[in-house]
Amino acid sequence: MTQPVDLTLAQARDALHAGKISAVELTKAHLAAMEKASALNCYVATTPDQALAMAQRSDARFASKDAGPLEGIPLGIKDLYATKGVHTQACSHILDGFKPDYESTVTSHLWRDGAIMLGKLNMDEFAMGSSNETSYYGPVVSPWLPNGWTQDQARKALSGDKKGLLVPGGSSGGSAAAVAARLCLGATATDTGGSIRQPAAFTGTVGIKPTYGRCSRWGIVAFASSLDQAGPIARTVQDCAIMLRSMAGHDPRDATSFDAPVPDYEKSVGASIRGKKIGIPREYRIEGMPAEIDRLWNQGIDWLRAAGAEIVDISLPHTRTALPAYYIVAPAEASSNLARYDGVRYGLRVPGKDITDMYEQTRAKGFGKEVRRRIMIGTYVLSAGYYDAYYVRAQKIRTLIKRDFELAYANGVDAILTPATPSAAFGIGEKGSADPVEMYLNDVFTVTVNMAGLPGLAVPAGLSSGGLPLSLQLIGRPFDEETLFSIAEVIERSAGQIQLPKPWWE
Amino acid sequence: MSVDQANVRRIARLARIAVRDEELPHLAQELNAMLAFVEELNAVDLGNAEPMTSVLPMQMKMRQDVVGDHAGPEIVTGNAPISEDHFFLVPKVIE
Repeated sequence: MTQPVDLTLAQARDALHAGKISAVELTKAHLAAMEKASALNCYVATTPDQALAMAQRSDARFASKDAGPLEGIPLGIKDLYATKGVHTQACSHILDGFKPDYESTVTSHLWRDGAIMLGKLNMDEFAMGSSNETSYYGPVVSPWLPNGWTQDQARKALSGDKKGLLVPGGSSGGSAAAVAARLCLGATATDTGGSIRQPAAFTGTVGIKPTYGRCSRWGIVAFASSLDQAGPIARTVQDCAIMLRSMAGHDPRDATSFDAPVPDYEKSVGASIRGKKIGIPREYRIEGMPAEIDRLWNQGIDWLRAAGAEIVDISLPHTRTALPAYYIVAPAEASSNLARYDGVRYGLRVPGKDITDMYEQTRAKGFGKEVRRRIMIGTYVLSAGYYDAYYVRAQKIRTLIKRDFELAYANGVDAILTPATPSAAFGIGEKGSADPVEMYLNDVFTVTVNMAGLPGLAVPAGLSSGGLPLSLQLIGRPFDEETLFSIAEVIERSAGQIQLPKPWWE
Repeated sequence: MSVDQANVRRIARLARIAVRDEELPHLAQELNAMLAFVEELNAVDLGNAEPMTSVLPMQMKMRQDVVGDHAGPEIVTGNAPISEDHFFLVPKVIE
């Protein structure tokens, strides 16, 4: 029999509306699963009392027939989102003890529509990372078993040093792992260079980074403001569509938020893609790409063609420059955004001999290694004498990257199909310890999308030779998330629903 | 371009992050790895490209210059590590 936590968000919604399950029952089932999965370290704070109180109110609204679109749906919230009176620390030590007195716009939209908060999800510190290993609260363990491992072996590693177990990707690693492990029906996430799509790809879940401006950034801890966007991770394309509709929408408190009605994205799921023109960018066939990624991509092309789409080869000549340009733009913006953590207004404070020493000691202790490194590189590229050579040049390259996409779209391309990641998930502690750039290469296919402000979606399309999920990425026209949902559903259906790992961790 | 240990010390000072002497060689090496990674951008033909200021064409909205929702001093100082009578306390900055 299907357990309540194994339902998709859409199935749970229908079961709630049909009175087959109550919001309290559904919430309790998730809280119990979370407790048994605490070793995976997906949640950094749980809010069971709040969740049950919200669930009771949902049940009352079902009884009085005024249920919202997400009524009674238990969700996990990335620790980057401000949640009133609840742990909000971007998984950094420097925000120690911070509890905002306000609610982010996106989460307030979710609660408006009846959703239930289960707790706050682990992530890379300030969303800087691709493996969830930079979190102050320790790494998240992917629910996927490493190739050839037995459940006993994995349980032993889980209670020990976690070596050999897999990363869920990052920065939204807690979000992706919690969704894959059925510890919530969906999760909020954010994406600055691939932080929704890469962890979704590593865990066999679906994630969409909408167009820049589609979701309000108000109340989301800022990393790189011109690139940051909120989006959902869920178990199906339809579930993502349902969540995004609630998350999106104009917000006068975010000057970059887009002022236009939010479509009912769910209606696009299952729509025909006949006649859609799908671009295949040759520059994404990178050197050293594993053959299985190439095969997956070709398989995706075949599926879309079989569904009546027209496949065209396109060129995005500045693709190669996106990742290095990102590692100028994003740290520059981060160094500015993170200047606010000074030990005065919130969070950690380390005493010093004078105020400057207090700032310096606080920031040295409060920020982890990766965050310190990015603040320093950002400070350098913005400093006098280097600004034009690095920052202005990178911003010009960003214009060129965007122009590549505009040309493709002007030629009638409706969406672009690429691999989501250059590999399947890797092991905890395996990458980036010697050379930070090794970790950065994870985002080689996703980062272009942030640089151009476009929507991008990762959908599972198959398994690697080691039995791990692999995904394809769809890139869309600005504010045309609907086409991405339609195409993604074709891939999802063609690939067959991915079998998520059984709960070996319990 | 690359940085030496003196540069790293200056950058850390600008970023207000304390660094110990023994950290400098390793930090210089890491920052240089990042700088080497972005080096290839120098070879890109920029043509007449303008630096990007807004990723999507968007009209900046205007609003009335009026007081909106605001938190009281209790709330504003509520998360401060040290505060007194609704003021943030810091080490002495004026002699």
